[in-house]
Amino acid sequence: MSEGSGLRDNLLLSVDDLRTRFHTPEGTVYAVNGVSYSLHEGETLAVVGESGCGKTVSMLSILRLIPIPPGEIVSGTALFRGRDLLKLPEAEMEQVRGKEIAMVFQDPMTSLNPVLTIGKQITESLRRHTALDKMAINDRTVELLEIVGMADPRRRLGDYPHQFSGGMRQRVMIAMQLACTPSILIADEPTTALDVTIQAQIMELVIRLREEVGMAIIWITHNLGVVAGLAERVIVMYAGLIVEEALVDALYEDPRHPYTAALLAALPRVDRRRDRRLKSIPGSPPNLVVEPHGCPFAPRCEFAMERCRSETPRLELIAPRHKIACWIDVETGAPR
Amino acid sequence: MAATPGPESSVAQLADELEAPPLTLRQLTWRRFRRHKMAMFGVVMLLLLFIYSFAGALFFTEDYSNLTPTELRLKPPVGAHPFGTDTVGRDILARTVYGGQISLLIGLTAMLVEVAVGIVIGALAGYYGGWVDAVLMRFTEAMFVIPQIFLLIVMAKYFGDKIPDISLLGRTFSGSVIVVVLIIGLTSWMYLARIVRAEFISLKEREFILAARATGTPALQVIFGHILPSCMAPIIVSATLSIASAILAESYISFLGMGVQPPTATWGNMLQTASSDFNKIQNAPWFWFFPGLLILLTVLSINFVGDGLRDALDPRSRAV
Repeated sequence: MSEGSGLRDNLLLSVDDLRTRFHTPEGTVYAVNGVSYSLHEGETLAVVGESGCGKTVSMLSILRLIPIPPGEIVSGTALFRGRDLLKLPEAEMEQVRGKEIAMVFQDPMTSLNPVLTIGKQITESLRRHTALDKMAINDRTVELLEIVGMADPRRRLGDYPHQFSGGMRQRVMIAMQLACTPSILIADEPTTALDVTIQAQIMELVIRLREEVGMAIIWITHNLGVVAGLAERVIVMYAGLIVEEALVDALYEDPRHPYTAALLAALPRVDRRRDRRLKSIPGSPPNLVVEPHGCPFAPRCEFAMERCRSETPRLELIAPRHKIACWIDVETGAPR
Repeated sequence: MAATPGPESSVAQLADELEAPPLTLRQLTWRRFRRHKMAMFGVVMLLLLFIYSFAGALFFTEDYSNLTPTELRLKPPVGAHPFGTDTVGRDILARTVYGGQISLLIGLTAMLVEVAVGIVIGALAGYYGGWVDAVLMRFTEAMFVIPQIFLLIVMAKYFGDKIPDISLLGRTFSGSVIVVVLIIGLTSWMYLARIVRAEFISLKEREFILAARATGTPALQVIFGHILPSCMAPIIVSATLSIASAILAESYISFLGMGVQPPTATWGNMLQTASSDFNKIQNAPWFWFFPGLLILLTVLSINFVGDGLRDALDPRSRAV
């Protein structure tokens, strides 16, 4: 899966045809159904989609953090600097996690261990992945906390997570994940659980760190507003599939997939007339316990045709650096 | 109502509390534990019992406790022998001192064996699940269905004389002490394993464990460095209570003459010598009264402490 034209040439991660399922007592959940994308050095990629569309599971699959069983990675490759992460032995995978690819989770209230001091939690990956001695690790930890904007970090190393506010905990979490300067930071809705002002602070922090550390970022979110100021490229997911992939401006100004178009039409905007009602998308997201058949969005799509219900459209390049998985031209409503 | 503080003082007090740094988990636990009167009584009692057993050794030598001046046998408590003497003239006071050391040590070490086995089996079963869980839990259940007391007797009888005596800290321990510790430890870890497994099953799904794994923490470090510290509360409570059961179990098998072998004294085998003849139970009550009382006080105190710890460490839990 080569990207074709690219601002950067250094391909860092290339995921191809990733499929993840969960075998539950209620049946098999088809969580990720053939996801392919790539990420370049220093790039910020946003992954948007509603809850349960497979954003998080596809990321956890790359890091091989989904529980197996009930989970199963059915197929796919995830080439990271030439190595397929899905086939690495567990011991080598442990060297990748945290050191090469780090992940910040959604809820800082639950993603720090309540019985370990934050100092211990941050130094953990330094002790594991670097050859630094005790003093150096301590200094680096203090430095990390300073970088993420913690006041008086040396004194707070011995504090427990419950002694911090939500925003501070997310900063601790980010410090913990940045400890070994990973080349990819996966941020799984890191601002969703925080209030708006703290959200802005955390986003500013991540943007600043991106410049300083030079890492690539995969930012998972369901908030389209967050994406605009942050990402260069956006992937839109629906029911375990990528339905559209575009540069961020192109996506906002010229969405080509009916789902993306409907999603943007449902977004309140300051530059639009106030008396117009927001458009909602009829229907509800598909039940992933049923094996996907045809385009997953077809039942809710105003342009759906016969072909959409029987055949799954492939992700195709329709404009420079703009891909969609749809046969329809949203402008006219007719097949392209 | 005069004692009720006025509004000003309560405000001042509140301000003080807000000023003070937040209490750590340990301080909070200690606060709750201190309020538990029986538990505090238990702690003091246990301290006294430890002092009795270990400081008492400064006053008597072990040789003295094993001395058998038969002409002094079965003397009631008087002057030189405040707790009386036994059938071969040994001083019961000195023997309760040295027996206490053994009994308390057996309680503690058997608890350590139990906790180690219980944690390892429970943690592996709970964390890995699947067939590991199935195999380990069936094994645990198999251990459950064997009545502990029979297993104790059979194993004590079988291994009793196969282990040589050992020297430690200037004392010679009968090999039977090791046997008894291992037997008690290896037959009583099942409850703890189940508790640990249940804790692990719920804790491993928590997001902070996922976060720890996302930083490249290997499985064993996740198990023992991240999950285990979170379930220390029930383990501590269970371990404390198991000291009491270990001391009792030692008394059972020593009472049946299959535990620690004389001349090494334990409170249990002192009871055994006392009960060997029905007449002596009636006519020489000092013979069984003192070791019996010490066992009673120890077990009672440990149970009080365990109760207090449970309330202090996990305020939501109800007595099991």
